Amino acid sequence: MADRIKRIKFGSFQPNIENLLELTPEDFESASEEQKEGFIQDRKSTSYWQDAWRRLRQNTVAMVALGVIFLLILFAFVGPTLVPYGYEQFVKGSENLYPWHYSLEDQALIDAASGDVDQRLSAALEAAEKEKGSELTAIEKAQIKAKVKTEKFDVAEFKEEHNIHLKLFGYSKSELMRIEAGEKVFPHVFGTDGFGRDIMVRLMIGTRVSMLIGIFAALLVLLIGATYGSISGFMGGKVDTVMMRIVELIYSIPEMLVVLLISTALKTPLVNFQNTGNGFLQTMVGILGPNVISMFIAFGLMYWVTMARIIRGQILQIKEQEFVTAAKALGASSGRIIKKHLLPNCVGQIVVTTCLQIPSAIFLESFLSYLGVGVSAPMTSLGSMASDALGGVQTYGFRLVVPAVILSIMILSFNLFGDGLRDALDPRLKK
Amino acid sequence: MNNTNETKLLEIKDLHVSFFTPAGEVKAVGGISYDLGYGEVMGIVGESGSGKSVEAYSIMGLLQSPGEIIGGSISFEGEDILAYDKNQMIDFRGNKVSMIFQNPMTCLNPVYTVGNQLVEALRAHNKEISIKDANQKAMEMLELVGINNVEKRMKQYPHEFSGGMRQRVMIAMGLICSPKLLIADEPTTALDVTIQAQILELMKNLQKKTGMGIIFITHNLGVVAEICDKVSVMYAGKIVEQGGVDDLFYKPAHPYTLGLLRSMPRVDAEEYERLIPIEGTPVDMLNPPDGCPFAPRCEKCMQICLKKMPPYVDLGNGHCSACWLRVKDNIKNEEAQNNG
Amino acid sequence: MRKTANETGSEDMAKYSLRRLGMALVTLLVVASLTFLLMNSIPGGPWQSEKPLSASVIAALNEKYGLDKPVIVQLGKYLEHAVTGDLGVSFKMQKNRAVVDIILEMFPMSASIGFFALLWAILVGVPLGCIAAYKRGTWIDSLLRIVCTIGVSMPSFVIASLLLTTFAGSNEALRFFPTIFKASLGVKAYILPCFALGLYPMCYTARQARSSMLDSLGQDYIRTARAKGLKNWKIIFKHALRNALIPVITYLGPEIAYVLCGGFVVETVFSVPGLGRYFILSIQNRDYPVIMGTTIFLAAFIIIMNFLVDVLYNVVDPRIKLSGGGK
Repeated sequence: MADRIKRIKFGSFQPNIENLLELTPEDFESASEEQKEGFIQDRKSTSYWQDAWRRLRQNTVAMVALGVIFLLILFAFVGPTLVPYGYEQFVKGSENLYPWHYSLEDQALIDAASGDVDQRLSAALEAAEKEKGSELTAIEKAQIKAKVKTEKFDVAEFKEEHNIHLKLFGYSKSELMRIEAGEKVFPHVFGTDGFGRDIMVRLMIGTRVSMLIGIFAALLVLLIGATYGSISGFMGGKVDTVMMRIVELIYSIPEMLVVLLISTALKTPLVNFQNTGNGFLQTMVGILGPNVISMFIAFGLMYWVTMARIIRGQILQIKEQEFVTAAKALGASSGRIIKKHLLPNCVGQIVVTTCLQIPSAIFLESFLSYLGVGVSAPMTSLGSMASDALGGVQTYGFRLVVPAVILSIMILSFNLFGDGLRDALDPRLKK
Repeated sequence: MNNTNETKLLEIKDLHVSFFTPAGEVKAVGGISYDLGYGEVMGIVGESGSGKSVEAYSIMGLLQSPGEIIGGSISFEGEDILAYDKNQMIDFRGNKVSMIFQNPMTCLNPVYTVGNQLVEALRAHNKEISIKDANQKAMEMLELVGINNVEKRMKQYPHEFSGGMRQRVMIAMGLICSPKLLIADEPTTALDVTIQAQILELMKNLQKKTGMGIIFITHNLGVVAEICDKVSVMYAGKIVEQGGVDDLFYKPAHPYTLGLLRSMPRVDAEEYERLIPIEGTPVDMLNPPDGCPFAPRCEKCMQICLKKMPPYVDLGNGHCSACWLRVKDNIKNEEAQNNG
Repeated sequence: MRKTANETGSEDMAKYSLRRLGMALVTLLVVASLTFLLMNSIPGGPWQSEKPLSASVIAALNEKYGLDKPVIVQLGKYLEHAVTGDLGVSFKMQKNRAVVDIILEMFPMSASIGFFALLWAILVGVPLGCIAAYKRGTWIDSLLRIVCTIGVSMPSFVIASLLLTTFAGSNEALRFFPTIFKASLGVKAYILPCFALGLYPMCYTARQARSSMLDSLGQDYIRTARAKGLKNWKIIFKHALRNALIPVITYLGPEIAYVLCGGFVVETVFSVPGLGRYFILSIQNRDYPVIMGTTIFLAAFIIIMNFLVDVLYNVVDPRIKLSGGGK
């Protein structure tokens, strides 16, 4: 057969020419249908959700964000059970602690050195006499005395000399003494505030409050927005137009102003309501505080429009698609169409938008709390903690920085995870 | 293959193009070769996903990541264009070779006038020409492609032109620098049938006038019959049959070509004749199996087809086909000769 | 709110503008009424936090300020006055001073901070976004995206407070900027507040610009431009950018709203004597006429700005220029 093959001209380089030398007559028998079918290995077909989950898992950033969210949840909900201090608990004697401390001995040394003015005075007088070479006049003595009195004891130098270092966590003097005595005292990891309240516990509670408010607000928005949007989208026609005009109207109202307005307006009525009795609603109002309730009301009134728009858009898009027409042609009822076809396709968008609403809500709540129209004492949120810390920021800078950082990380994680979800569920949108 | 010694307008040898996607390497073009002489019109026929547009983009250097040319050579008028650097390529595009695309509705920038975009094309390669002369030339081109009221039209925006007219503008833009080769990527697919005919007519006339070569990419054999001299049929990134247009239509030598011809609705068909479509779906380019890619859809599939890629068989006169059936024929002929 | 080119192409530009204007006015009316009604729903009247007053004094005050008439009449009267520029007088903080005067005194400060904040946000955000789009997939793109995502996640008070602590705080070495805002200090005083206020819009703009630019770069006409053999910079600046900038205009509206409202916090932190800070103070002090007047004023400003941006967008996009022309 070799000579025959030489006569066949090749137009293009064929990789396996040598194998042609082994052709046999059987090779030219017809192939059966089964053989043809087995030829192609189908790519394993995956469902939409499996695909999305796989994409999400491969997205490192989103997975890290999810991990951070999880850690924050642990911090906020499990944390307070581990810390023996209550968030309202005034720990006497532990006011205004920094997140660091000096050991008892070191403190004693510093106190001794800095407190002894006379010692320094005599040392300074000696040094001055040596320099001058003769006895000091009364005036010079007085000058030196004044100088030493007002002179700042150079703490930093002293610390350097005696190898005194900061130790982590805040303890008050009495607490340190208790530790010496053998007692186990839980550290004030982030120090304490002016009333002696442990800041870390307050941070945990604050994170919890911020997160819960964010989630519930987002759910509220979801409920109102998705319902409104799906009705509008499904009904179409005049109903849709009217509903969308209303949405446009609400959209163009500056939300922040309305929220502040409602908060102000509802404050007194809510407080009055709270005082009317001990029912469930009244207690709820009491716990949350009138401001937070107002925030939820405002949120419910104003922030659902984005969700409504998105859902309506989704529904309109899907409505036009052929599989809906096909379902209708097959005689499916409206309810069935909504349930089986429209909603499942919206779920992706719903999940993503809700997830991205959470950071918006947290953002807003922190903003309001910072301005003093958010959560009311003694309930605390990250925003109000930052606001409280502003006054003493020169001395106690960490009281502002730590809640601010935790808040930012929380918002950032939700944003990143929401973005990742969006990319996973609709890779076409990925930019 | 033509075995003349003159320099061809375009010579592609064993071109391999792959897309390195997150899911894996997609071998979009798996080794194609063809020549185009000056003034020839080559039709490239294939389904979506056969790689026909990809190879055109490779010629123009328009391939974007994750696509990469991983093998083979492309030479234009004897020069290796794969070795061009960025600036040479920019010089080359629009000037020596032009390309027009499938969807004229989106191919023009909506915020600039048509005149602006035409003049821009010209001045990109001819920097000394004055604005006045450039405008003049642009208007000449618009007239050439059959647009009336050129003075008014020059100042209009693309959304003021209909689909067919926009395609004419695209053709004008493609020809304004007098390229030697025009690549047309399914230029009539998105247009109405009557407009299609007009555009084809226009292109035929222009080709005769300018003597430029055309690569006409399409999935429509009817169009091929209208305008092409040579045809390459592509399937799964490979050329399965190549030859003169008459050879292809009257002596198809590959089951795929045969299938395409049979599945075309014909005006002169008998009433009761059914269209015979090609069964099955195109192969997955991510994991192309060994053997002939068309095998599972081929009614004449043989055992060897499932195992090995068929070689090209020369059928004379530049007509060749990559099919084991032809190899079988060859062997039969040899035996007959030996016995006879 | 954004209508596609196809929808508005058939509508006359003038008609569209008129319709948007009408919408704006209706919105304004709704906001004004809502504000008034809300404020009036507070039981106990505006005198509640004062020392308990005798009934006759309260009655006299009510009459003086017209609070004893039915609500609808009050609303009507209020709106009537508002339209002529009379928003009442301050009850508490600056007794008897016309609210309009207060607003007009404080607003320019807020406006200037807001303006500069927005200016830097756009001037920096748009180019950054475009660079990120052009260098998509490289480390530059990733870096910009990270920075912008972080910037978008930090509430302005966080940034403002952090800046204040670092650069105007206890650490003498870093104290480049004043703690308390004084216009007389010139540029130095503006830098921190404007930066803090503009960071979020900057990051937001950059993300939108990037997205818009990527969209533009992926369009068919860019492929045509490349096929024509145009130089790279020409493709980006002439073809892609022009199209990419158009959608960025649509974000101007919400950004103006943000800059005015976000200003509340920034002004408070940096002690800027602007309308935002005053507004917050008036809320804390329950000075109702000021609250109402400021709300309506700010809302009006934002609504009108939104309207103007809307019109601007339609002017800039030539697909909408001609009323149903050509095709």
